[in-house]
Amino acid sequence: MYEIPVIRWGKPYASMSHTEVVHFETGEALAKVGEANGGMIKMDAKKARKAREVLREFSIEDLVAKCKVAAKAFVEEDLPLGDGVQSPDDFCRLQSATTGMPEHMCRFNMTKNAFVLENMDKILDALTRGLPYDILTNGYGMEDRGVMVSYQPTCDAAGWVLPSNSPGVHTLWLPVIPLQIGLILKPGRSEPWTPYRMYEAFAKAGVPREAFCLYPGGGASGAELGGAVLESCERSVIFGGQATVDMYAGNPKVSAHGPGYSKIVLGEDVVDDWEKYLDLIVDSVYLNSGRSCISCSGVWAPRHGAEIADAIAQRIGPVAPKPMNDPESGLAAFTIEGAAQAMNAQIDELVKSSAVTEVTEKYRDGDRLVEKERCSFLRPTVVHVKDVADPLADTEYMFPFVSVVDCPQDQFIRKSGYTLVGTALTNDEKFKRDLLESRNIDRLNIGEVKTLQLNWLQPHEGNIIDFLYRNRAFQTSPPPAH
Amino acid sequence: MSNLDALVAEAKKKLDEQTVECVQLHFHPEKGAPYWLEKASGLDFDPLKDVNCFDDLKKFPLFEDDDLRGGPVQRFLPQAHWNKGRYVFETGGTTGTPKSRCVVDDFRIDYEEFSATLPDEAFPRGSNWLMLGPSGPRRLRLAVEHLCQYRGGICFCVDLDPRWVVKLLKKGKIDEAKEYSAHVIDQAMTILTSGHDIKGMFATPKLLEALAMRLIDEGSSIEEIGITGIFAGGTEFTPQWYRFCKEELLGPDVYITPTYGNTLMGLACGKPFDPADEYKITYYAPQPRAAVEVVDFDNYDELVGYGETGRVKLYTLTHELFIPGFMERDEGEREEPHEKYPWDGVSGTRPFHEIAKATTVGVY
Repeated sequence: MYEIPVIRWGKPYASMSHTEVVHFETGEALAKVGEANGGMIKMDAKKARKAREVLREFSIEDLVAKCKVAAKAFVEEDLPLGDGVQSPDDFCRLQSATTGMPEHMCRFNMTKNAFVLENMDKILDALTRGLPYDILTNGYGMEDRGVMVSYQPTCDAAGWVLPSNSPGVHTLWLPVIPLQIGLILKPGRSEPWTPYRMYEAFAKAGVPREAFCLYPGGGASGAELGGAVLESCERSVIFGGQATVDMYAGNPKVSAHGPGYSKIVLGEDVVDDWEKYLDLIVDSVYLNSGRSCISCSGVWAPRHGAEIADAIAQRIGPVAPKPMNDPESGLAAFTIEGAAQAMNAQIDELVKSSAVTEVTEKYRDGDRLVEKERCSFLRPTVVHVKDVADPLADTEYMFPFVSVVDCPQDQFIRKSGYTLVGTALTNDEKFKRDLLESRNIDRLNIGEVKTLQLNWLQPHEGNIIDFLYRNRAFQTSPPPAH
Repeated sequence: MSNLDALVAEAKKKLDEQTVECVQLHFHPEKGAPYWLEKASGLDFDPLKDVNCFDDLKKFPLFEDDDLRGGPVQRFLPQAHWNKGRYVFETGGTTGTPKSRCVVDDFRIDYEEFSATLPDEAFPRGSNWLMLGPSGPRRLRLAVEHLCQYRGGICFCVDLDPRWVVKLLKKGKIDEAKEYSAHVIDQAMTILTSGHDIKGMFATPKLLEALAMRLIDEGSSIEEIGITGIFAGGTEFTPQWYRFCKEELLGPDVYITPTYGNTLMGLACGKPFDPADEYKITYYAPQPRAAVEVVDFDNYDELVGYGETGRVKLYTLTHELFIPGFMERDEGEREEPHEKYPWDGVSGTRPFHEIAKATTVGVY
C-alpha cells in the first residue's frame, strides 16, 4: 500500500487526517492518502504567485520541451509515488482497480495524456493562434504584423477539482504548466494516480515542484476541499453533474464541465444510407465504456430510427462485464454504492413512456443491471424515442446508453438542446450552414468523425488560453494622431 | 491504589451521589419536573427508591430529544425553580419547532466551572472578549458573555443567525453563505480594530479560520490584533485542523483549546495539549453535572473498550435538567481517565456514521 502525502507547493505534508483508496472489487486498501483541510488550501492559494514566479524562470519553449520529456517518463518510466515507486503497468492496474475502468482503457488514457504532452507545442500554437510565446511571458509584445498585443494571466495558479471516474480529463490541465501558471489539483477520491504520476513526470523533466499543490482524499471532506479550491483560486475548473454546471453558470472564475449530451445527426440526404455509418455510431456510443462527455448519447435521424436503434442494439446489446484485465473488457464498473441501481431504476421508469422502446432487451441475456459484491455494471442500452419532447430524447448516462430519436432535420438544432460534440452526417449545404450558426453545439464535426475523435489542436469547452489569459490594451507610446 | 485510581474512585462516588440527588429532585412528587413526574407513571420501577447510583440510570429508556420540541418549555424544569428568572435556549430549528431547554442558572454554573480550566496567562483576568459565534436564542451567546464577565471582562458579540446559513447551504446558495460569513467577519474586524483591548475569544473553527485569513489579507494576524486565548468547538475541530490552526493561523504564542458542547450537556473540556498526543483531541464531560459514555453501536447499554469506537451517550444530571441517557449524533473512541479529569473521555468525535450523510454544517 502506498502512503501518499498532501503536496503543498512541491513539499510533502504529513497530514493528521487520512483516507484509503480501495480496490473496487476486493476492498483492499491500495493507498493511504493524506487529507488537507479547507483552510490549508486557502492558505496555500495565497502563495500562488511564487508558483508563477518559479515557472517564469523558464521560457515557454523550455517548458514545452520539458513536457515532451515528461510524456516519455509518464508512459515508460518507474516514477516515485508517495513512499514507493510505481511502474507504468502498476499505474494502469491501480487506476483500473480503484476507478472500475478496464485496464486497456486506462492504458489508452495514459497514452492520450502523453500524446498531449508530446504535442504541447502544436497545441499551444493552435490555441494561441500562433501568438509568439514571449508575448505571454513578458505580458506584451509586437506581432509580426506590427500590432502591439498584451496578454495578462487571469491567475497565478489554476485550480482543478478532478473526477474519480473519468481519467481522460487530465489532458485538459496539462497545458497550464507550459503557460507558466501554477496548478492546484484536487484529485478525485479514487483517482489520485494520474495527478501524482504526472506531477512526478513533470518533476523528472525538470519542472519545479514548487509549481504544484495536490490535495488528495475526499469522502466527507471532499466537498470542503473542492469548495476551498474553487473559493481561493482566481480561475478553476470543476467536473460534475448538471447540478454542478448550473451552480457555477455565469461565474467567470469557474469553468464547470458536466454532461456532454454529445450527438450524431443524420441529414435527410444521407439517412437512407444509415448502415454506412453504423461503425462510426457504435464506436461513438460504446468505446471508453460510454463514460465520457464526448461519448455519443443521442443519434438523431429524420427516419429509419427504429432500424438504426435495432442495428446498434444488435452490436452492443450482448456486451457483458468481463474481468478488468481482459483486453476485450468493454464495460467500466460503477464503484459508488447505489449509483448504478439509481440509474437503472430511472431508466426503467422512463422507458415506460409510450414514445420509448428499449431495443437492447431482446439482444441481452439477462438484466441491464449486473450487481457484484462491491460494485455494479450497467449493460449497454439502446432506446428508440419517437417524440423529441420525451425526457429520454436528451439524456446522458455514464455507460453505453444511446437514444435514437426520430426528428425532422429542420427541427434538430432547435430541439436537440446543448451538445458538447455534435457530429453531422450530411452534405446538405443549408443544413451545414445552419449547424455552423447554431449556438447550442460546442464542438462541431461535419463529416465522418466519431464524437470521441478529438483533435487536440481544437479548443475544448472553451479555449483554455481565453480562460487563463486576458487580452488587454497596452501602449508604450501615444497612438498615431487621429 | 495509584493516585489516578483514587481520583477515579472519588469521581465515581460523586457521580453516584449527584445521580441520586438529581433523581430525587426531578421526581419529587410536589416540586419535581412535570415531564418526569408524568413519565414515572409509565416506568416499571420507582426512581425515588430504585435509583441509587449512576449505573441505575440504565433502568430508564433512552431519552428521545424530540421530546424537547415545543411547550410548555418549563416541563423539564423542577417546579422548585419556577419562581426564578428563567431563560429558554434553543438548538437546531432551521425548519419546524426547535428543541429547547428552560434554564435558570445551569449555563452560568457550567461556564464558571469551565473558567477554572482556562489558563490566566492566555485569558487574563479583567480582559475583554469577542464572542464569534451564533447569537439569538442560543445558550452559547449568553454563556460566553457570562464566562467573560465572571473573569472580570466585557464581552463583545456579533449578529449571527446559523439557521439562515443552513437554509442557504441547503438551497445550494454557496456564494450567499460566503457573503454572510464575510458579514460576520466584518463585524468581528470592526470590534477588534476599535480599541476594545480584546484578548479572549470564543470562535467556531470556520469563523476563526475566516477571521485569521482576513487578518492575513490585511497584513496582520490573530496574535498581532491582540488575541492571546481562544476556545473553540465543534466536530470540525479535528486533529488536522488543530495542527493547522496552531502552526499556521495562530503561531506559538496564542493559546487555543478545543471544547465539545451542546445545549443539553454544557461544555466538555479538552485534555490539555500535549505534543505527544499528536493533536489527538480528547474531551471530558463536566462530571458530575453531565457524563459521557462511548457505547457499542448495537447495544447502547454496553461500554466499548478503551481505544475502541462507539457512539457517544450523554447523561445530564443538574438540578435543572435530568437526561438519563441520550444518544448523541456523534461517535468517537473511548479514552482513559486523566488526572485533571478522572473519568472516561472521548476522542475523535465525528458525526455518527449512519446519520453523517444527512448533516449540513454551516458557517459556524
